[in-house]
Order: sequence, then C-alpha cells, then structure tokens
Amino acid sequence: MVWTTIRLYTPLSDADIETLHAGDRILLNGNIYTARDEAHKRLTGYIDNKKPLPLDFNGAIIFYAGPTPASPGKVIGSIGPTTAVRMDPYAIKLLEYTGIKGMIGKGERSQELRDACKLYKCIYFAATGGVAALLNRHIKSSEIVLYDDLGTEAVRRLEVADFPVIVVNDIYGRDLYEIGRKKFSKSVEDILA
Amino acid sequence: MREIPVEEVQDKIEKLFVMANFELPEEVVHIIIKAAHLETSPTAKEIFRQILKNAEIARDEKLPLCQDCGVALIFMEIGQDIVFTGGDLSSAVNEGVRRAYKNNYLRFSIVEDPFSRVNTKNNTPAFIHYEIVPGNELRIIIMPKGGGCENMSQLRMFSPSAGINGVKKFILESVKQSGANPCPPLFLGIGIGGTFEYAPYLAKKALLRKIGTPNPDPSLDSLERELLEGINTLGIGPQGMGGSITALAVHILKAPCHIASLPVALSFQCHSHRYKEVII
Repeated sequence: MVWTTIRLYTPLSDADIETLHAGDRILLNGNIYTARDEAHKRLTGYIDNKKPLPLDFNGAIIFYAGPTPASPGKVIGSIGPTTAVRMDPYAIKLLEYTGIKGMIGKGERSQELRDACKLYKCIYFAATGGVAALLNRHIKSSEIVLYDDLGTEAVRRLEVADFPVIVVNDIYGRDLYEIGRKKFSKSVEDILA
Repeated sequence: MREIPVEEVQDKIEKLFVMANFELPEEVVHIIIKAAHLETSPTAKEIFRQILKNAEIARDEKLPLCQDCGVALIFMEIGQDIVFTGGDLSSAVNEGVRRAYKNNYLRFSIVEDPFSRVNTKNNTPAFIHYEIVPGNELRIIIMPKGGGCENMSQLRMFSPSAGINGVKKFILESVKQSGANPCPPLFLGIGIGGTFEYAPYLAKKALLRKIGTPNPDPSLDSLERELLEGINTLGIGPQGMGGSITALAVHILKAPCHIASLPVALSFQCHSHRYKEVII
C-alpha cells in the first residue's frame, strides 16, 4: 500500500468524497461534531417527529466520541473513537436527512450502513482507538453546542488540526477491514487443521 | 490478627486508579514494542507508532491513556487474619474510586440504571471481587476496563464432548467475530471450567497475571502459545485493519467443573491494558 496522506477541510463536498478510497490516510482540518448513542437518539427524534434539526449538519463530520474532562489549561481531555456499529440504526437516518458527509469511529459497520454510504455519499473514517492522549493534541478548541445534560455524551463542536484518520468505507463499496485482512488471514478451519 | 484501617485501603485504591489511567505498565509497553517490530503492513506500523506515542504523551502531560477510563474493576485477596477497622470496607473502596475519578479529570462511564442511563457522575459503583486467602496480607489488583472490549465478552456452556478442539474453535471464532471492535491488538483472558458465573470470573482474573510471565501450568502454557499463534493468523491486525498481530497475549485459568459441563468464558482486553497491583 502506498502511504500518502491527504489533507481535508470541512465542510466536505461530494467532490471531496469522490476522491477518497478505503485505506487512504487523512488529516482532517476544520470543525467536526461529537455525538454518541444518546445524542443520536435525540437527533433522529427530530426526524421522526418531522421537525427541523437544531444544527445544520450539511457537509459535516460526526465523531463518535465522549472525551474526558479538560484539566486546567487544556481545551479538552483525552478523546478517541467509540464502537461505531452501535450508531448504525440512527446514522442511516441522519445520512438520509441531514447531508452528513463523514463519520469517525472504530470497528465494522453494518451492510445497511455501508449501502447508505454509497447512496448518500458519505465516508466512514476510523481513528485509532486507545490513543486518546495523542488525539488530544489535534483538538484546537471545543464547545458544547447541544445536550449539555449528557456530560461526556454532549454534542461538541471541535476545531481540529491535522486530525489523523483512515478511510474505512468509501462510496464505492470498499471496506478497509476486509481488504486489510485478506492479505494476512487464514480460516479457523485451516488454523486448527 | 492484623488490623488494617479501611482508610488505608481507600488511599491505595485512589492512587492505583490514578496511576493506571495515566501510565501504561512497563511490561505492556515492552510487549507492544516487540510486536511492532514484527508487523509488516504500513497501516499496522503506524497504529503501533500511535499507541507508543500515546503512552508517552499520557504519562508526560497527565492525560488519560484512553477517553474510556473504564469501569473500576477490583480484585482483593484478603488474608483471613486481617480485621478491617474504621468503617465499611466496600464503602471505603468506592470512596477511593470516586476520589480518583473526580479529582483527576477522568471520565465517568457508569450509569445508575441499565434503562434510565443516568450517569452516577463519579464512576462508582466499583465492581469488587473479594477472595479470602490464608495469611495476613491484603493483595489488591485494579483494572479500569473499557466498554468496547467488555462488550465482546463471550460465555459458552459446552457439553463435555466438545473437548479441547471445540474450545479452541470457539475461542478463534469469537476473536474473529470481534474484529476491530475490542481495539486490537488484544489481551485475551480465558476461563475454562467452573460454573456459569465462575468461568467469566476466571477469564477476568486470568488477565491480571503479569504480562510477560508464563502460565505456571505447563499444559495451559502450551495451550496459550498455540492459541496466540492461531489468533495471530486470523489476520485481523492492529485496529482490525489487517496484520500479523491481533493478540499480544493469551492467559488461561481453569477450574474443576460438573460432570455434565464444560464452561468457557472469554474476556477481551484492549491494547491499553491498564492494571496495577499493591500488597499491604
């Protein structure tokens, strides 16, 4: 694999999305929004009730993350991705109705979500799990914009600089987890043989 | 008889959780460095670089290693000659956890009710396992454990006819199925035998053996090696993006069991294997 990095700036356009492929290493710049399980539930509630969403997510990237509290002198604490598949039922709806162009998490997504990525032109990026002190360095500012009562699960607008992610699912139906493992994997039957 | 004030236990618990959340154990760093040298894929190499850099930053800047500062898991081996004085032991342990998390900007990840999902805002209650052992020493091991890997846990009540091959297949398939979710490269704790509740306890306890030390039981030691090798040919790799290192260590504990049963439990631990021990 050729190891190149691409700098991307939010908000993302369809033109940005079309150039990305599973395995591309990306440095994100601009604003991204955090949202986890409960925030997703609340956001899709607006859609279910046919009400406008409280934020414009057109071209936005959602980061599945709940940070640690900021210690004095820091804009935020440690921050990293949570398991993405838990958001799938909500995320598909958000993709359809809001124009979200990117999601950052960790782990495999459902086939339905991958199909939605193709249909609505959205990228699923992975950030490395368990390197939350390192990722802290790439956050320049943080502001709670929705659901203060959720604590770590509140929706935050983060300004990021060269935030490192990798494209897992592109809009062409490719999946980095599948591609990456093919080279190395043996079946359980072969291992036990 | 030996008296230990519960306040002393509380202080120790607090210190252990603070240390664990900011400093990756030396032997964990060591095993990650060793594994990083074996990886060939550039993606996997980059992930190892990030993991090692993260440990440095966490320690130097006092930032938690992971945003998931975990559920507070505590294993206490209590010498039977000890008397705890000055209050309730479990309350003191919980107070130690509360102080560690509240005073050090650690994330609160515990909700008071599985359905209401209201956060307790101090990361308690802790989950405490007490064992009574001979002597007058108190051994405390703590492990802040993240939710992502915990959700991948498995328990299977096999018929004895499944045998060792059935057990191996179950373990390999469970790891394969977990993919990227438990944040590989993994540490895998396995409990074999016991009962429905005891096998998972053993699996968790197996994780607490110091990384890099062999299983004292030679047959389990060889099973651990065989499983580690097998898991690392699944190809999942660091963060599931493909590679030859999916697990860093496999630890097994076994126990006697019922003539009709063969329980097997798997406890997944992420690469950020935070554990600390003290003997009082």
